[in-house]
Amino acid sequence: MVWDAATLEMIKDGILETFLMVFGSSLISYLIGIPLGIILVVTDTDGIKPIPALQKVLGLVINLLRAVPFIIMLIMMLPVTRAIVGTTLGAKAVIPPLVAAAAPYIARMVESSFKEVDAGVIEAAQSMGATTWQIIWKVLLPESKPSLMVGAAISMTTILGYSTMAGFVGGGGLGTIAINYGYYRYQTDMMLVTVVILVIIVQIIQETWMKLAKVSDKRIR
Amino acid sequence: MEKQKPIIQLKGLGKQFKTANGTVTALDDINLEINSGEIFGIIGLSGAGKSTLVRCINYLELPTSGTVVFEDVSLAGKSEAVIRKARQSMGMIFQQFNLLAQRNVLQNVCFPMELIGTPKKEARKRAEELLAMVGLEDRMKAYPAQLSGGQKQRVAIARALATNPKVLLCDEATSALDPNTTKQILGLLKQINQELGVTVIVITHEMAVIEAICDRVAIIDQSHIAEVGSVSEIFSNPKTPIGRQLILGDAAKQVRLGTDRQLRIIFDGRESSEPVISNLVLACKVPVNIMHAETRDVGGKAMGQMMIQIPADETEANRVINYLKTTKITFEEVK
Repeated sequence: MVWDAATLEMIKDGILETFLMVFGSSLISYLIGIPLGIILVVTDTDGIKPIPALQKVLGLVINLLRAVPFIIMLIMMLPVTRAIVGTTLGAKAVIPPLVAAAAPYIARMVESSFKEVDAGVIEAAQSMGATTWQIIWKVLLPESKPSLMVGAAISMTTILGYSTMAGFVGGGGLGTIAINYGYYRYQTDMMLVTVVILVIIVQIIQETWMKLAKVSDKRIR
Repeated sequence: MEKQKPIIQLKGLGKQFKTANGTVTALDDINLEINSGEIFGIIGLSGAGKSTLVRCINYLELPTSGTVVFEDVSLAGKSEAVIRKARQSMGMIFQQFNLLAQRNVLQNVCFPMELIGTPKKEARKRAEELLAMVGLEDRMKAYPAQLSGGQKQRVAIARALATNPKVLLCDEATSALDPNTTKQILGLLKQINQELGVTVIVITHEMAVIEAICDRVAIIDQSHIAEVGSVSEIFSNPKTPIGRQLILGDAAKQVRLGTDRQLRIIFDGRESSEPVISNLVLACKVPVNIMHAETRDVGGKAMGQMMIQIPADETEANRVINYLKTTKITFEEVK
């Protein structure tokens, strides 16, 4: 393995692509996952606006999507990806399957964060005449903020893990480099370098969110 | 005198819960009138249905039968918007305070005003006034986690009053507090009742809370109202076993120890100059055993109760009973 300028450039591109995949799909997944998580909690039988039928169907769909192995999701989503992105190759093309896999996962993470909010506090808001929307915006979301941030750390590292599998279908990013060079061409040092970089990225994501969660949580101190 | 006007009327109120093990009746045919400006107590043992009852008053729990009439308007079958409006006129405080953990004290008090769209400046000013009233003007920037239980309940009281409610519902508001703090919080509730004219409804399992601040009390037992009346009336003459049990408290347990006949003598402060028991012993020439005696502050009046054991012998016992009857001392035989 020669560590020339071209190789370094490739690794640099790999990092940028990984960031694009992880942050891009995390953002979109949260835009979908948070509303789904809200619906799961609010429409539950003991929620503030029970619609059990909707809750059950949504829960089932989420479980179905979560049961699909990501590698299968990558292939199943090919037609959708082609329709949305225009291609099935490269980092951008991995975002739709990543979102399809991560959004249901995030919906469950968000659901569990919301369920941590003290039922008594929600009852207090109801006793003041709060509407369902006001409880969502002014109680559920702000009160679960630290927990949502901890959830984001977990979700994003999971998405990072998924994104590395994209190498098998011609995606992009560090996972592709690890597979193409480290696995198919037996370049162990290349695989090690990419893995180390991935570890560092996981570490940064985890630490940043945990720190933010701690700083924003007013329950401690 | 002007007839008391009820602000809240409960008419045939019932609540049933459907559980896996069948239907559970939490409330059955509850009829109560709560007058404007009074402090009304609802007391019962745990599981009697009192928490469900208070939640039915502001429709946090939907009654399955009957209705709540709030200011002459029945809430049964009303839209959510109407119910929400009514709730804004009924503040509520809880055993666990239920403050928003991620908001500071000032923001917590501003919360109900945010819900109804009070301009920020105005809300802040009102919150500051309320916090000064509850004695927390120096803790406005503190978060709930930094406050003691008593301070948290003060914030909760300020928050419940922010929208100028006519009624304050207190669900076991002092049950998580120590005796001293309980006293202070009860004093504050009384002050709010007198100075702001807010009708206060107190739910509790402690007779001491009722005696300390309530004008009238309803005893709830096994989903029914067992008795209703003024606190001193119920104290001196409880008509039901549950009423007696709640008033006697621990003394009731002591009573069960003996097999002899027991009398409960009630003093309402007038007899204090007369040595009742000494006179009784001298007049009847029988020994009496004092099992329990105490003086309580019932609605500002000193009231005492004493449990005495009288001889098992029929004639001697009747002598004691007849003596008490002739001296017009309130008493009852406890079985």
